Amino acid sequence: MKVDLRVNGEEITADVEDRMLLVHFLRDVADLTATNIGCDTTSCGACTVLLDGESVKSCTVLAAQAAGHEITTVEGLAAGGVMHPVQRAFHEQHGLQCGFCTPGMVMAVVSLLAENPHPTEDQVRTGLEGNLCRCTGYHNIVRAALAAAAAQEGQEVPA
Amino acid sequence: MSIMGTRVIRTEDPRLLTAGGVYVDDLRTPELSSAANLTFVRSPVAHARITGIDASEALAEPGVIAVLTFRDMDDLVPPPPSSGEWDGSPAPLGGPWAEPLLAIDTVRFVGEPVAVVITDGRYQGEDAADLVSVDYDPLPVVLGPTAAVADQTLLFPAAGTNVAVAKPVPTDDAPFDACDVVVEQDIVNQRVACLPMEGRATAAAYSGGKLTVWASSQNAQVSRFILAGALGMAPDQIRVVVPDVGGGFGAKIAIDRDTITIAWAARKTGRALRWAETRSENLVGMTQGRAQLQHVKIGGNRDGRILAYRLDVIQDTGAYARVGGLLPFLTCLMAPGVYDIPDVQAGFRMAMTNTTPIAAYRGAGRPEATAAVERAVDLFAAEIGMDPAEVRRRNFIAPDKFPFQTKTGALYDTGLYAEALDKAMAAADYAGLRREQERRRARGDTKQLGIGLSSYVEITAADAAAGETAKIEVSSDGSATVYTGSSSHGQGHHTAWAMLVQEELGIPMDKVTVIHGDTDLIPVGVGTYASRSLQLGGSAVHKAAIEVKDEARHQVADMLEAAEADVVLDTATGMWQVRGDPDTALSWAQVAGQSSGGSLIADVSFTADLPTFPFGSHVSVVEVDTETGKVTMLRHVTVDDAGPVLNPVLAEGQRHGGIAQGAAQALLEEVLYDADGNPLTSTLADYAAVSAPDLPSFELVSSETPTTLNPLGVKGIGEAGTIGSAPAIQNAVIDAVSHLGVRHIDMPATPQRVWAAINEARKAGTR
Repeated sequence: MKVDLRVNGEEITADVEDRMLLVHFLRDVADLTATNIGCDTTSCGACTVLLDGESVKSCTVLAAQAAGHEITTVEGLAAGGVMHPVQRAFHEQHGLQCGFCTPGMVMAVVSLLAENPHPTEDQVRTGLEGNLCRCTGYHNIVRAALAAAAAQEGQEVPA
Repeated sequence: MSIMGTRVIRTEDPRLLTAGGVYVDDLRTPELSSAANLTFVRSPVAHARITGIDASEALAEPGVIAVLTFRDMDDLVPPPPSSGEWDGSPAPLGGPWAEPLLAIDTVRFVGEPVAVVITDGRYQGEDAADLVSVDYDPLPVVLGPTAAVADQTLLFPAAGTNVAVAKPVPTDDAPFDACDVVVEQDIVNQRVACLPMEGRATAAAYSGGKLTVWASSQNAQVSRFILAGALGMAPDQIRVVVPDVGGGFGAKIAIDRDTITIAWAARKTGRALRWAETRSENLVGMTQGRAQLQHVKIGGNRDGRILAYRLDVIQDTGAYARVGGLLPFLTCLMAPGVYDIPDVQAGFRMAMTNTTPIAAYRGAGRPEATAAVERAVDLFAAEIGMDPAEVRRRNFIAPDKFPFQTKTGALYDTGLYAEALDKAMAAADYAGLRREQERRRARGDTKQLGIGLSSYVEITAADAAAGETAKIEVSSDGSATVYTGSSSHGQGHHTAWAMLVQEELGIPMDKVTVIHGDTDLIPVGVGTYASRSLQLGGSAVHKAAIEVKDEARHQVADMLEAAEADVVLDTATGMWQVRGDPDTALSWAQVAGQSSGGSLIADVSFTADLPTFPFGSHVSVVEVDTETGKVTMLRHVTVDDAGPVLNPVLAEGQRHGGIAQGAAQALLEEVLYDADGNPLTSTLADYAAVSAPDLPSFELVSSETPTTLNPLGVKGIGEAGTIGSAPAIQNAVIDAVSHLGVRHIDMPATPQRVWAAINEARKAGTR
C-alpha cells in the first residue's frame, strides 16, 4: 500500500507492505537508522520517536497508521547543527555509553519534559520505565533529564 | 596541566546523540547493498532427535533463495581431534562435547540453530522459517544442576556423563571440627540474561576469495582467528569489522556458532547476508550468565575469627561448554575473597543441561565467588551474634601482607580492604542506619530497614600475559591516529585513548582519532573483556606514545642539529625545542612532515606479568514491606578501588552500570524454564529487566590504590560494580527481616520469595 509520512519535516511517500512497522519504515525506507529495535514486545523503548509531538514506540505502530502524521526521530532533533538541550544534557552528564538505547531514550525524555517541565527524580524514573538501558544504570540518564529540565529554565545544571 | 584524572566528557557522544551509532544492522556499505536476509530455524524443543527436515514448502515461497542445513556444510574441514578434556583455556570443549554449527541429529536446547533460511526480505524470512518442517523425536530433558550431575539422562551419551569438567572440592572436615561454630547453606546463584540492548548481529560478504564479516563483537581479531579455523581459511583471507556495538557484557566475546554459520552461508551461496536477531531469539540464543548451585560451609570462633571455608559449586553450563570450565574455575580461584582464612577448600563440577549455554556475563565467575563468601560471612556473623562489619574487619587480609598469596592460588597485588569498608560505612552513616533500623524494629513497622555489606576483591585482566596492541601514527598535519586492539562497546575508549595521547604527546584530543575493530587495519589485537582495556590496551597506547616521542626526539635532534638529550617536548603546547631556546620550536606537524615516511609511527604490544585485583566495599540500604515482601532500594553507597582514575566520568559510568546489573540480579532478574525445558522468559515482557524506577541514584566514594603491574598503575573497573552490589543488596534484604527469624533468601529477592521467607520464619517461630 502507498503511504505518505512527514519525517523530520520531509514528505516521504512509499509503497510498502501492509504489515510494515513504522520503525522498519524509518530504518529501511527513510534510511534513518538512528532509531533502533531492541525487542519485539514494546518493552524496551529503543524505537521511541515522536508522532505529532508525542512519544510512541515505533515498533508498535504500523507505517500505515502513521500515514499523514508528523514523525520526529533523533536525527530531526538538532536544529541547524546545534544539539537540542536534551541531547546536550545527555552529553554533559554522560547519559549514554554504547548509544543503542540513546535515540529512543532522548526522545522519551523530550516527551517527558514536554508533559512535565519540572519533574522530580522519581517522576523522571517513573516516566522512563518503558525505556531500558543496560549500560548506565540509569543514574546519568536521570541526571541528564533533570539537567535538561533545569537548562530549559535557564538554571545552572546540577552536577 | 595534566589531563589525567580530569572530568572529560566523551568525544563519542555527539555522533551517537544526533545521527545515532552505526551498528551492524545500520550498515549501508556498498558490499551489503544487495544483501539477502538470513533467518535461523531454531529448535522449539529442549532435547530431541531430529528425524527429518523438509524445506520444500518454504522453498516454494516467494523471495526464498535457499534453505541450508548441516547437510550443506560439506565444504567445512572437521575440527582438529580433541579429547574433550578441558585444557584451561576459555574455549569450547571439543571431543565428545563438540558443538556443531547447525544441529546434526540432536537438538539440546530451545533456540538451538537447526537451519537457515535466506530470503530477499526481512518479513519473508520469518514467514519461510515457519514453513521449514523439522521432525523431532523428543528425549528426556535434563534441567538444573542437581539433575545434571545425577547422570540419569545424558546430553552426550558418548561422554558417559553430564559432568564435563570437575575439580572436586577437597573435603577435609578437620578444620571445621576445631571451630566453635560451623554454618552451612545451599545458595542458588541464578541464571540471568546478559541483555545488551543490541542483540547479536552479523553481516557477511564473500567476494574474490575474501570474506568480510561485520559482527557485533567485543573482539575483531579473535573473531577472525575463530572464523579462519572454522571455515578452513587463512586469516588474511578474512576481514572482520566491528562497527558500533550496542553493549556486550561478556556475551559478545568473539563470535558464536550463529555468526560462523552466517559467514559460511555467505561463502556457500555467494550472496552477501545480514542478520540481526530479535529479542525473542536473543533470550534463548545468546549465552547467559551465572547459573551456579553453591554449597558453603564456614567455621570459626565466637570471637569472630573465621578458621575454615568450603565452597562446593555445581556450574550449570547449559547444553554446550562454550568457555570450558573457566567460570567455576574463576569462582574457586576467588573463593576466599578479601579474607585471610587459614583453611579454604573450593571445588566444582560443571554439568550439561538442556538449556541455553552459559558463558561470561559481567564478572564471569567472580560475582558468584563474592556472593557465596559474603553470604557465608553474614551467616556466620548472625550465628555468633556479631555485627557483620566487625566480623569482616577481624578477618580482612591486612595491608602489610601484600602481595598476598591466597590458599586458592591467586596473588593479590594491592589492597586496603578495611579502609574501603570504613569509607563506605562512614559515607552511609552505618551507625545512624542501625539506629533507624532499631527504631523501626521496636515499633514493629511494616516497612523494615535492611543494611547489607559486601567487601570484595576481584581479578581483572586475568590473561594479562596476552597483552594488547597499539599503534600511533603522527601525521604531517600534526594529527595523531591510534589503532587499538581494544574494542569499545560503550566504555569510552576513544575518549580515554585520546586523553593518554594528549597527556604524553601534547597533541590535543580533538586532533586524535582512535580506530578499533577492523582486522585489515589492526591485524593483531585481543579485545575488550575481563576489565582489561585500560590496564593493557591503555598501557599499550601509553607505551606507543612514548616510543613515537622517542622517534620524534631523534628526528628533532637531527633537524635542529642538537643532542637528543637537549631536545624537549612541551606537552602543554605540543611543541618541540632545544631546551631553553624557544626560537628552535617545532610543531608535531613539522617534525612528522620531515620524517622519512611523512609520518611518525610506533607499533607496540604491551603485556603485563600478572593480573590485578581491584577491591571495594558496598553498603546497601533497602526497605522491605513485611506484608507484601516488596523490596525497595533506598540507597547504595560504594567504594570501588581500581587504582588511579584516568577519567572519573567514564569510571563512574562503569560503576553505575555495574551496580545496576548487580541490583538486577539481586532483586529482579532470572531466566526460567518449565519442566519440559521451555523458556518462560524469552521476551522482555516476561524477563524482569531492571528499569529506572527500580533503582535509586548511587552514592560513589572515591578510592585509588595503585598497582605496580602497569605503568599507569591502574586496575579494571568494568565489572566491580556488579561484583560488589548484588551480595550487598541480598544481605540487606535478609538483614531487614532477620529479626523475624529469616536466615537466608536466594536471589532474586522477589516479593513472593521474601514474603514466603517471612511467613516460613514466623511459622517456625510459633511451632
